[in-house]
Amino acid sequence: MKLLLENAHIEGIRYYEAYRKNGGYRAVEKALKMTPDELVEEVKKSGLRGRGGAGFPTGMKWSFLAKPEGVPRHLVVNADESEPGTFKDRYLMEFLPHLFIEGMIVSSFALGSNASYVYIRGEYAWIPDILEQAIAEAKANGWLGKNIQGSGFDCEIYVHRGAGAYICGEETALIESLEGKRGNPRIKPPFPAIQGVWMRPTVVNNVETIAAVVPIINMGGEEYGKIGVGRSTGTKLMSACGNLKRPGVYEIPFDLSVEEFIFGDEWCQGIANGKKLKACIPGGSSVPILPANLLLKTAKGETRYMNYESLSDGGFQTGSMLGSGGFIVLDEDQCVVRHTMSLARFYKHESCGQCSPCREGTGWMYRILKKIEYGQGTMADIDLLWDIQRRIEGNTICPLGDAAAWPVAAAIRHFRDEFEWHITHPEESQARNYGLAHYADPLEVVA
Amino acid sequence: MSDNIKVTIDNITIEVPAGTSILEAARKIGGAVAPPTMCYYSHLKGSGGKCRTCLVEVSKGSEKDPRPMPKLVASCRTGVMDGMEVKSITSEKVVDARKGVTEFLLLNHPLDCPVCDQAGECHLQDLGYEHGKEGTRTEFERRTFEPEDIGPYIQLHMNRCIMCFRCVFTAEQLTDYREHGILDRGEHARISTCISKSLEHDFIGNVIDVCPVGALTDKTFRFKQRVWFTKPVDAHRNCTNPNCCGEVRLWMRGDEVFRVTARKDEWGEVAIASNGKPGWICNECRFEKKKTSDWVIEGPSNISRHSVISQGHYNKNVHEPQVELLAEVIGKQPVMKMDIYDVSEVNKPERHLSQIEGPAHSEDFK
Repeated sequence: MKLLLENAHIEGIRYYEAYRKNGGYRAVEKALKMTPDELVEEVKKSGLRGRGGAGFPTGMKWSFLAKPEGVPRHLVVNADESEPGTFKDRYLMEFLPHLFIEGMIVSSFALGSNASYVYIRGEYAWIPDILEQAIAEAKANGWLGKNIQGSGFDCEIYVHRGAGAYICGEETALIESLEGKRGNPRIKPPFPAIQGVWMRPTVVNNVETIAAVVPIINMGGEEYGKIGVGRSTGTKLMSACGNLKRPGVYEIPFDLSVEEFIFGDEWCQGIANGKKLKACIPGGSSVPILPANLLLKTAKGETRYMNYESLSDGGFQTGSMLGSGGFIVLDEDQCVVRHTMSLARFYKHESCGQCSPCREGTGWMYRILKKIEYGQGTMADIDLLWDIQRRIEGNTICPLGDAAAWPVAAAIRHFRDEFEWHITHPEESQARNYGLAHYADPLEVVA
Repeated sequence: MSDNIKVTIDNITIEVPAGTSILEAARKIGGAVAPPTMCYYSHLKGSGGKCRTCLVEVSKGSEKDPRPMPKLVASCRTGVMDGMEVKSITSEKVVDARKGVTEFLLLNHPLDCPVCDQAGECHLQDLGYEHGKEGTRTEFERRTFEPEDIGPYIQLHMNRCIMCFRCVFTAEQLTDYREHGILDRGEHARISTCISKSLEHDFIGNVIDVCPVGALTDKTFRFKQRVWFTKPVDAHRNCTNPNCCGEVRLWMRGDEVFRVTARKDEWGEVAIASNGKPGWICNECRFEKKKTSDWVIEGPSNISRHSVISQGHYNKNVHEPQVELLAEVIGKQPVMKMDIYDVSEVNKPERHLSQIEGPAHSEDFK
């Protein structure tokens, strides 16, 4: 079942004419006849959870928005999709810009935002043009600007280009950057719902979340809530990449099993070049890596499904997270140590430098991993790495510290033997990979 | 209903006004309960939350919502709630996290204390003594920068900087225009001016006082004297600058004034002056007036008896002959960080030098 990408294949859907002909902007028509509170209620009923990574219920977030008299409120859409392995928002904005704009108009109306912002990643250089064109088209047809469709509601959408910093995907850093300052995360509280952009109440949502508001309004919150499993409602865009036969962006139902998603003919069609599955990061680079045995089945032996609850079953000991939906698959030829090292390098490079555990710790972890990868490590280095990540996690201002610590922790937790092999076979490890790890062995749980 | 609310920190209950931060409440209790701070500065709005040394565990959120907070929180930026219970040094998690943060802060900090002007009054030294552990676990090169002259009076040693952002807030809040800030990000983040500007505002000298380490140094004082050889003396003058309180601390040796700084309180922050405002001083008082004739001397500064500076015996109450145990002098039981004989065979206590005939040889000490 497709809710977002239903019309993605239609010729010219990127432009207003085709989009409108295929039922576009019906959600705005419907929404403008309702009151903002009713709209928030619909979203609450739908059980929609934020698609940016944390999975916080969107309706709840919207209802937390402070509404002081005489202070404007803002909707900011986080299109700073920089998580390695995640590219679903790019697809959405590139091919269905009007769906996104429509969601923004509805959401702005629900939140009472007369000026809404899209903060878009600097590397997506061509997408602001697409969005701006779509905004101009919507404006020409009376869906944006003053007095939208005679409802008395004014709304403008501004596209703001970022300058290419991962940290600006963190909502408070994004707000700082949008204000024109250095993109350093703010210390919470106060939360953006109370004091956000220019100290005004602000809601920051992911692109996919905003787009998902359109089907919610079209079909009604309750109907939307029936799709999916448990507290994972609706559908999710997954950006599958890595050693897959058919990587790409897929819209998945939440009752799809992980095995079906990787090996199913309709989906990724298995591992490329007839190799075996070794490990997978199911939700973007920040979430813990899982070895194949724990990916397909939970520790209790149940089938794992592609939804928020099932993927996080077992906590971080034996589970992971759905995160932002960046599904990275590693085949038997991939080296986990090298892979972890390149992630650590990424976080070292992207740390904002504000708080000490993250600023110093990410670089330290990278250097130790580099040492191990190039055959100069010692056994004590593995324990040291564990100790460093433990002291970064939870002690930083923003989640980047956690995001840097989790992949290292999970790699050591599940693939400690591979790290040890790198240390005991320094020369061999330069020539070949550890290969298919003993990943099916009973887990050695590192406390 | 009274405005005061009750908060319990390390099993000590105290009443504070609503809106106080946990850190300020802990400072009211004082002693070891007060978390160490490297970036928080009570007179600078917006400071704090960055260094993470003041992390505490909130074991009970408030009377209404007794759930504990899931993570350690930065006490300088978390307000107290009625009935809140906080663990600082009584929590193992906190002690461990502080140890971690200290290690992170020292990771790229050069060990040049012997030539650093801040030695003796350095917050990082205190932090390292209190919360650090001996030995280092890193073996990688530290990040290095060249010392940089920023303005006629201030030299920046970026190597020593721990990125507390205090000087940035100072420049923003005390001066009309801020000319220095943070460049780059992550490990490479550094304080600098864009590009090679000079900091010349009347109050910019205060960045030296707020710097917790020796990153910002007074060019009129560099390498002239170790701080523990100088005697702090309170003095004042009628400063013509309307924003300057004119109340300073002179650091003297004999009749010579080596350094002028603002007066500081027990937390190392600029003390409140007689006009009720924080006692920031202007550049003229700080850098130009280096003669005793410029000042009206009030008398020796009231420095904590436990400070290393008061060991110079300039304060008369130390003159009286009295036998004090080390614990009484430093105000707490000394901590044995390392027994030298664990690592060295030299100078075993049972072997006295007078027993050695002729010039001592290394073999004599085995």
